[in-house]
Amino acid sequence: MKRSLFVVAPVLFAAAMTSLAGCGGTSSPSSSETTGSVPKSTVSSSGGSQLTGAGATFPYPVYSKWFDAYHQKHPELQVNYQSIGSGGGIQQLKARTVDFGASDAPLSDKEAAEMPAAVVHLPTVAGAVALTYNLPNVTGKLRLTPEAVAAIFLGNAKKWNDPLIASANAGVSLPDTAIAVAHRSDGSGTSYIFTNYLAAVSPEWKQKVGAGKSVDWPVGLGGKGNEGVAGVVKQTPGGIGYVELAYAIQNKLQYALVKNSSGTFIEPSVASTTAAAKGAGNALKKDVRTAIVNAPGADAYPISGFTYLLLYKEQPDATKGKQMLELFEWAIHDGQTMAADLYYAPLPKEVVALNESMLASIQSAGQPLLPSQAKQGAGSQP
Amino acid sequence: MSALETSPERIAAAPRRFTGIGDTLFLRITQLFALVVLGVVILTVCTTAFKAMPAVRAFGFRFFTSTTWDPVADKFGAWPFLWGTIYSSLIGLVLAVPVGVATAIFLAELAPRQLRGPVSFLIELLAAVPSVVYGLWGVLVMVPWLRDNVEAPLSTRFGSVPIFAGAPFGVSVLAAGVILAIMILPIVTAVTRDVIAAVPREQREASFGLGSTRWEAIWNAVVPFGRVGIFGGIVLALGRAIGETMAVTMVIGNRPEASVSLLNPAYSLAAVLANEFSEATGALHQAALQEITLVLFGLTFLVNGLARWLVWSVTRKAGGRR
Repeated sequence: MKRSLFVVAPVLFAAAMTSLAGCGGTSSPSSSETTGSVPKSTVSSSGGSQLTGAGATFPYPVYSKWFDAYHQKHPELQVNYQSIGSGGGIQQLKARTVDFGASDAPLSDKEAAEMPAAVVHLPTVAGAVALTYNLPNVTGKLRLTPEAVAAIFLGNAKKWNDPLIASANAGVSLPDTAIAVAHRSDGSGTSYIFTNYLAAVSPEWKQKVGAGKSVDWPVGLGGKGNEGVAGVVKQTPGGIGYVELAYAIQNKLQYALVKNSSGTFIEPSVASTTAAAKGAGNALKKDVRTAIVNAPGADAYPISGFTYLLLYKEQPDATKGKQMLELFEWAIHDGQTMAADLYYAPLPKEVVALNESMLASIQSAGQPLLPSQAKQGAGSQP
Repeated sequence: MSALETSPERIAAAPRRFTGIGDTLFLRITQLFALVVLGVVILTVCTTAFKAMPAVRAFGFRFFTSTTWDPVADKFGAWPFLWGTIYSSLIGLVLAVPVGVATAIFLAELAPRQLRGPVSFLIELLAAVPSVVYGLWGVLVMVPWLRDNVEAPLSTRFGSVPIFAGAPFGVSVLAAGVILAIMILPIVTAVTRDVIAAVPREQREASFGLGSTRWEAIWNAVVPFGRVGIFGGIVLALGRAIGETMAVTMVIGNRPEASVSLLNPAYSLAAVLANEFSEATGALHQAALQEITLVLFGLTFLVNGLARWLVWSVTRKAGGRR
């Protein structure tokens, strides 16, 4: 009797705990593809509320800084952002497990049609893609024309002393070595911006490869993450690859000047990225999802792109919706100064104005959530 | 204990004695836990298969033979990944098995007794190193060394031979094979050492009695006796090599192209999953990745199942007869 008690008691205890845990857990929606754990938004009994978001990793540093700073100003609101990747963010938004999503690539028409309701895209910051290379004997910055970049990544230009590259670099002796192309092996917003640029400047690229977060690269070695690409380039003499500007600056990589649509060779920087966003203002008014690559403007850096916040036009919860809109309103105004410190390009005034009109169009139960400002309805969203 | 009292028939016929609810509860709860574990495995396979259905319907058998992996055009084929996985694992085996078996023979038969413990421990430590650490070491230390000291000479001297064709970039299927060899070495060594230790002394003594040298005794009497178990250890190592993700993706070059050349970059099943899963947004892209997951499942189950069966059949017989 005593022996079986020693056995039965702990086993019963373990069984009781397991069943309690099983009953306590919430059942997840069957349609969601959970690639990360995202807590459901809750309203705590003290009156504070919590917003949840998930998505892109590229803007994570600036988003976490923003949400923390906003929480200092408005302690009753807590924002929880999980950087599980753009794909995950879109999935979670589709399943309505998060209040907002974040993606480096906007939803295509097909993806937008798959969402349960209309989604608004809010560009928050812009980023640029720098072309980093490994040519030890070349001093000074390399100059690359759009044709040269396309030829390198298509595999048409196989050596560094190819005339397409040499013609823009008079006075620089380029070696007769093979070009080792490096690209991203993981799907990423950086690839999205870069392939959009290539598709815009090269009909051959557009037809053969296309643009996207993951593409079928004609040549090149795949590296995982910015570190992977930078690693391949650093280790391979004659290497060239594309990385986020922030990464290139922080790691003091050597990058090239690229010729923009006005004919000037521009260095990638925070200022030239904002200039690209400004230059694309008109196209953005028609569709905010337009890629801002090869944007018009004398100072614009051609390989630039936005990162977006995604939210439903029709918010189910009016209180939470209003708090979210106030947060985003703060982010596109006061938050922009913090972005530049982290090497993200702040939004130009035109895009901020566009965002304001889009935020004004967000509704809950038919009523706009933000107090109406005297704006002509220039609101445009997909 | 006489044979009669403990014969299987006697045990089966003996009445089960339960002292009360305690025993029944214990039985049911342990049964439940065992079923839960089994259930999790079955559930994983079923949900993956369900999510892979759109890709299965779209591509059918062509999925395993097509070489295109194009997320923009929504055309997916897994042959480059299958090729890369198998090729890199085979290179790993070719490099690791001779070294591992030789090390095991040394440890089990020839090493001085004080050395056996520490050396075995150090080799087993190799198995404890995380995959990503191997990957980082590989990409920063091993790949440049391999490129300059192995691949460049091979390319300049034998570049016309298909197996050494291509520019030596360093990251290649050869680099992946070398990293895998280091990672599976402890498995091969540990299993082979245990198998050789389980070979009965009579085998060696009989061989010495016939006048063989030490080397002949080991190679002709001991190792053939344990060959099924050694083979099982090799297959177990293959199972580990097939599933390796982080180390492989950092050194293999991540290029979905199947080629015979050792110097060319390649791609593996686990590597493409690690790279593309989190950002894949297209429905067909995700389904294709789920189908690759299923293929990896199947391959792993098959190889590990075979390994376990082989090793089990040897340890069962270790008591005596051939």
